[in-house]
Amino acid sequence: MTPKSEDELARLIREADGPLRITGGGTRMTRASDGETLSTSALSGVTLYEPGALTLVAQAGTPVAEIEAALDAEGQMLAFEPMDHRGLLGTSGTPTIGGVVAANVSGPRRVSSVGACRDSLLGVRFVDGSGTLVKNGGRVMKNVTGYDLTKLMAGSFGTLGVLTEVALKVLPRKPATAVLLREGLDDETAITALCRALGSPYEVTGAAHLQRGLDGAPVTMIRLEGSEASTAYRSDALCRNLAEFGPFTIERDPGRTRDCWRDVRDVAPFHDRAGDIWRLSVKPTDAPAIVAAFEGAEAVYDWGGGLIWLCVPEGTDADRVRRALAGANGHVTFVRRTATGNRFHPAAPAVAALQAGLRHRFDPRGILNPGLMG
Amino acid sequence: MDMPPPDATILARKPELLERLHAALPDAAVISDEVETRAYECDALTAYACPPMAVVLPATTHEVSKILTICHDLGVPVVPRGAGTSLAGGALPTADCVILGIARMNEVLETDYPNRFIRVQAGRTNLSVTGAVEEDGFFYAPDPSSQLACAIAGNIAMNSGGAHCLKYGVTTNNLLGVTMVLMDGTITHLGGAHMDAGGLDLLGLICGSEGQLGIVTEATLRILPKPEGARPVLMAFDSNEVAGACVSDIIRAGVLPVAIEFMDRPCIRACEAFAKAGYPDCEALLIVEVEGSEAEIDEQLATIIEIARRHNPVELRESRSAEESARIWLGRKSAFGAMGQINDYMCLDGTIPVSQLPHVLKRIGEMSTEFGLGVANVFHAGDGNMHPLILFDANEPGDLEKCEAMGAEILKLCVEVGGCLTGEHGVGIEKRDLMRHQYDPADLEAQMAVKDVFDPGWLLNPAKVFPLGDSAARRIAAE
Repeated sequence: MTPKSEDELARLIREADGPLRITGGGTRMTRASDGETLSTSALSGVTLYEPGALTLVAQAGTPVAEIEAALDAEGQMLAFEPMDHRGLLGTSGTPTIGGVVAANVSGPRRVSSVGACRDSLLGVRFVDGSGTLVKNGGRVMKNVTGYDLTKLMAGSFGTLGVLTEVALKVLPRKPATAVLLREGLDDETAITALCRALGSPYEVTGAAHLQRGLDGAPVTMIRLEGSEASTAYRSDALCRNLAEFGPFTIERDPGRTRDCWRDVRDVAPFHDRAGDIWRLSVKPTDAPAIVAAFEGAEAVYDWGGGLIWLCVPEGTDADRVRRALAGANGHVTFVRRTATGNRFHPAAPAVAALQAGLRHRFDPRGILNPGLMG
Repeated sequence: MDMPPPDATILARKPELLERLHAALPDAAVISDEVETRAYECDALTAYACPPMAVVLPATTHEVSKILTICHDLGVPVVPRGAGTSLAGGALPTADCVILGIARMNEVLETDYPNRFIRVQAGRTNLSVTGAVEEDGFFYAPDPSSQLACAIAGNIAMNSGGAHCLKYGVTTNNLLGVTMVLMDGTITHLGGAHMDAGGLDLLGLICGSEGQLGIVTEATLRILPKPEGARPVLMAFDSNEVAGACVSDIIRAGVLPVAIEFMDRPCIRACEAFAKAGYPDCEALLIVEVEGSEAEIDEQLATIIEIARRHNPVELRESRSAEESARIWLGRKSAFGAMGQINDYMCLDGTIPVSQLPHVLKRIGEMSTEFGLGVANVFHAGDGNMHPLILFDANEPGDLEKCEAMGAEILKLCVEVGGCLTGEHGVGIEKRDLMRHQYDPADLEAQMAVKDVFDPGWLLNPAKVFPLGDSAARRIAAE
């Protein structure tokens, strides 16, 4: 089913007599829930773009590429730089902005004051599981009018409602990028260096460590963005600040700096790798020890260590990673794997009860992506 | 402004309530004396006041849990209170409620610089969070103008903002985790030192829920390294339209100032009379501040000044020193005090798309004439969050009502042009009955469904946020 309007979508949900599998472009889930497919891809188009107000409103099925092209023409960008999952998951199709929001997809700039996708999300329209159209938030940056269902919808994977329109805060693209690079650091030292960089006043907008970079050696990467003069000043200052972890080389080529952060964003080192892919969200300084506990695993660290992409041998025991995170701050999502079962981290009982309660209120018949989030 | 009448059956439970609270808490934590409870009869929306049945001042999360369990058992409504600085009546009591004040819980629990967070008890004041980390070169970004007094618990309840949101976001963008007690006494933990939610984003839902879903007792907050420096430039224009166009052009040019503040003539004159900051006498004044090293500041200010020149400013004043920066900010920072000295005023908080600034300012000027009340405008222009101050005389019968009616018209205008009723103060009781202008019944129903899940008995801060008529069925059914 591919409704062409909000009204048609609402009617289809009202009349549904079984589970619905909600998708945008179908690029972010290898094995989603059961049910008849309901796609938002025909709800497409940028409905409002005001560069002077840093706001863009688009229908949920609008291709991400179309939005990025519109922004690019005005020298602006989706600052949370959403990942393209196709390379990692081997999916085809067209990534949509609704899919980005539904999965709260946030790239390397998450670590800066830009924040996650949800932090750029100003408002939503969605149809809940009863077929009722609901709107929340709006198109302005400061809005505390009523409860923030907008944040709740980000990362709800279609289980509370089907997004029809999203409003986003956008930002100016920076004219220059400098990347500090250092090869050969072990995980622990690399994460210490990244934490130091992020605690400096130089406004780091990317902090990653790859256990195996392009030429096979570990590589630690720190991104600075701004004017030519400013990035030159800050990269020099940061190199001095991080002297004990150096020497760093500084890459300033626009094409190469863009490509290397796109590779981090899309977890390119794992694209052709066999194995299961786990995504761990942790306290950055806990990250190296968690990774070290999994023999035969390979890690890509983003967000200064706060995000770990872990490639493990197929069928590695899921409970082991959940145990490794028990008591600590964090959670794991199984992004690509052979085994079946809940891909999300089970919540504590009281929190799980609240989540189940919300799902029941927004989707009383349990027809929207049933079982996807527990 | 109506509040539901107190419930006689709840009032009748007062002796049992006090007995159980005293048994569960240290003596000093329970206040029921009618003189002492009067100190809690209102918040910063002082036009409305009502002493509560009792006040409790817990010292631990466990005590909060015990209090809520008791109130839940007895069906007694609970109104949470941080520092009582709400401008929207968020902490206004009802006669049949217990005020749960969190101010005694003000400790720093953990400071972690490598991972850039601080964990505090939620009664800690906003400014003292920065105070705990600034010697080490860090700060907590959200800076509501009440930051000296307001509590983090209240900041979370209202999703408070401040002057620097354009760059750093508001509370919700800087909140990593909470410990929260549900109305039935259950203690829950959401988020933590990691950067995103597992499962549904309940943390995002809690922030800005005006104390209606749970009581936050501890918070993990993101702290940021302090920039090397910051400096403002002051620009004066002879019309609001031109100043508004200049704001838009600055944003489009790709510089992202940390703050863009806007003042109109009535506000400039009042500030000048009060603080003598040396502001030019003009129609509209912008203060634009940027951050970075000295060279970076120079570069950004040069770009901004070049844009401003295209709009023929009547004056441009770039700060060259800390003293000059302080003088530029002096008038703006004393704006509310300055207005308070010449008049009673009501401070509004609607947000509009930045492109609508000139139109909205013009309409506000026309309303000022229609209602016969003066208005001064001072606000965060970069993010469209307006703070019109409507001037009135509290001693003049009917003036407050006239002022409220005009305020409602201005907020409806904000919604009409694509904005919202409140950018950072919250709905509380003040804007409760305007909610239908922004949201359809289904939109409000979805929000109330969330409260049903967290607080099925509608006992937490029940008569706020939603129009009384819309929440009546739920509040009554729950009794």
